[in-house]
Amino acid sequence: MSTEATSSNGAGESALRIVWVYPDLLSTYGDRGNMLILARRATLRGVPVETLEVRSDEAIPRNADIYLLGGGEDGPQALAAERLIADGGLQRAADQRSVVFAVCAGYQLLGSSFFAKGEKHAGLGLLDIDSDRGPARAVGELAGETDPRLKLPMLTGFENHGGRTHLGPSAKPLAHVKVGVGNDGATEGAWNESLLGTYSHGPALARNPALADLLLGWATGQPELDPIDDQWPDKLRSERLTAIRT
Amino acid sequence: MSTKKPLRSKLASTASRSAAALSRATGRGDGSVIGGKIGLMIDPNLLENLAAGRKIALISGTNGKTTTTRLTAAALGVAGDVATNSLGANMPTGHTTALARAGHTPYAVLEVDEHYLPQVLTATKPHVVALLNLSRDQLDRAKEVAMMADMWRTMLKSVKVRVVANADDPMVTWAALAALDSGGQITWVAAGQRWRDDSWVCPECGSHIERADADKPITAGETGASDDWWCTGCSLRRQMPDWEVDGDSVVDPTGDKHSIALALPGQVNRANAATALAVVAQFGVRAADAAPRLSEVKSIAGRYAQVDRDGRSIRLLLAKNPAGWLEAFEMAEDAPTLLSINARDPDGLDTSWLFDVDFSSLHGRTVYITGDRAFDLAVRLEVNGIPFTHVAAFADAVAAVPAGRLEVIANYTAFQDIRAELDRVN
Repeated sequence: MSTEATSSNGAGESALRIVWVYPDLLSTYGDRGNMLILARRATLRGVPVETLEVRSDEAIPRNADIYLLGGGEDGPQALAAERLIADGGLQRAADQRSVVFAVCAGYQLLGSSFFAKGEKHAGLGLLDIDSDRGPARAVGELAGETDPRLKLPMLTGFENHGGRTHLGPSAKPLAHVKVGVGNDGATEGAWNESLLGTYSHGPALARNPALADLLLGWATGQPELDPIDDQWPDKLRSERLTAIRT
Repeated sequence: MSTKKPLRSKLASTASRSAAALSRATGRGDGSVIGGKIGLMIDPNLLENLAAGRKIALISGTNGKTTTTRLTAAALGVAGDVATNSLGANMPTGHTTALARAGHTPYAVLEVDEHYLPQVLTATKPHVVALLNLSRDQLDRAKEVAMMADMWRTMLKSVKVRVVANADDPMVTWAALAALDSGGQITWVAAGQRWRDDSWVCPECGSHIERADADKPITAGETGASDDWWCTGCSLRRQMPDWEVDGDSVVDPTGDKHSIALALPGQVNRANAATALAVVAQFGVRAADAAPRLSEVKSIAGRYAQVDRDGRSIRLLLAKNPAGWLEAFEMAEDAPTLLSINARDPDGLDTSWLFDVDFSSLHGRTVYITGDRAFDLAVRLEVNGIPFTHVAAFADAVAAVPAGRLEVIANYTAFQDIRAELDRVN
């Protein structure tokens, strides 16, 4: 796989540990970006980072701070859910309030069930959501007003999924959709405690640096992180948010 | 040649040529699509009828199909006249136009969009089909990689055809092996696989695919035991290649080396040349006769073109997806580099693939960025630790660099924009 180095590896006990779960199965479009962006933003704040890519035939490490799940095709998604349930490591990590950030197929498999290859599959049951098939594939720009409790600006992203997701009482929507479909045309994504999922696929954090910092804040217990130079992500956000208005 | 066509086909073929001429004359297009569209409206079997009586090679895959088609057509020229869709119009309307426009030829080499391969295979009954590679490309509308491989596999199970396939690509290998079920014959080419992130999971059984050297990308020209790959759960594994690249030579199945003096850069084009020679061998053309023809191909619709402008030697490289970008980096010289990204319809609207590409090999070069989606690229390069300068337009980058080489790497519409500024260089 790509050998692009993150800021620092093997930084030891005090390092922030970021695990990318099953890149061999769940890495459809630029999913590596979320790991690289979190690592960069932590390093710029003086937090040493250790990143770990855990393949689907390896055990999920127990004591990481942030777990990332990406998007995937139907077959790999079903396989990933099966192997994660058998492994049990991600559930234990979530019980210990580690941060889990999941996009697209990874988001769906955090719920109680999802559809892949025309069949219903059991998910991990970590988020109070379940997913089925929508009438048509949702492809395009996605934007929404985020949950005020998260203190985030507008969510912006690109979605590409056939599923629709329904939130149970203990899952809170990440955003209310302004453009695109998200969960069901009304809400987008879900969060609860230290788990957060979104249909904004691939490198969702590239366009949402504040969301990246929220996850880092949860993981480090320091909600107020030093500001960093975000001129390029800001230009990208403003260009995208302008484009969807026209 | 028996070229007796039904009257309807003759009429359709003529109408198709007229429409193409009209399209070109009015400046509305190059005629390669509209001509075929009208012809197919008059005679839905036009492509089938135009293909009848010709010995045809189809070339398909995610990357390199336009170049390989051009190389194969040049090589097959040794045997006789060749019809080909050299403008890259690679769907049935484009094939129809290409064949109608060429008149009677004994041979045709057609580039085929990977989604249309089953349909075109049925219509043209080719002598040979070449499968180059499969990787992620415009997922906002394209079929996902595993689905594409499955579609090819199903196609080959039911149609007997000679297959030339890339032994280094597990997805292609899996699809190609189905040809054995229908009595087809497979010729394997060690054509390389620099981008491997779509083939770590076995398409047959879902197990992990192991590589002899997981850190070394497989590139044509450096063959050896480290190129081997196998599924850890079933019998799918790399097949012994019949054709290989060795430096600037192509090695044929008998072990004879044929020196190739390509005008095109990059290891991937030496692999494309090996595929071209393997394809024409299926027509009885000897590699020794065909190899010299390959150097006739210098640039393809602007790709690899070099243009001198204000003392700068500008070279254009097209890269449309992660695999293509990795190949472009390998081709590019250590020189100032302009990257341009758009996300219009032909490019795919989704730029997230930028994070699949590792731009590290640009370290130490002066990098300029431009295009509709330059800010997506800016964020990516910042995360990659590559310093860059954003310029509003291509001309600004040309003005900013010293005399000498400027490498330009752009995706599809960005490439066409720049080509337009260079007087539509071919």
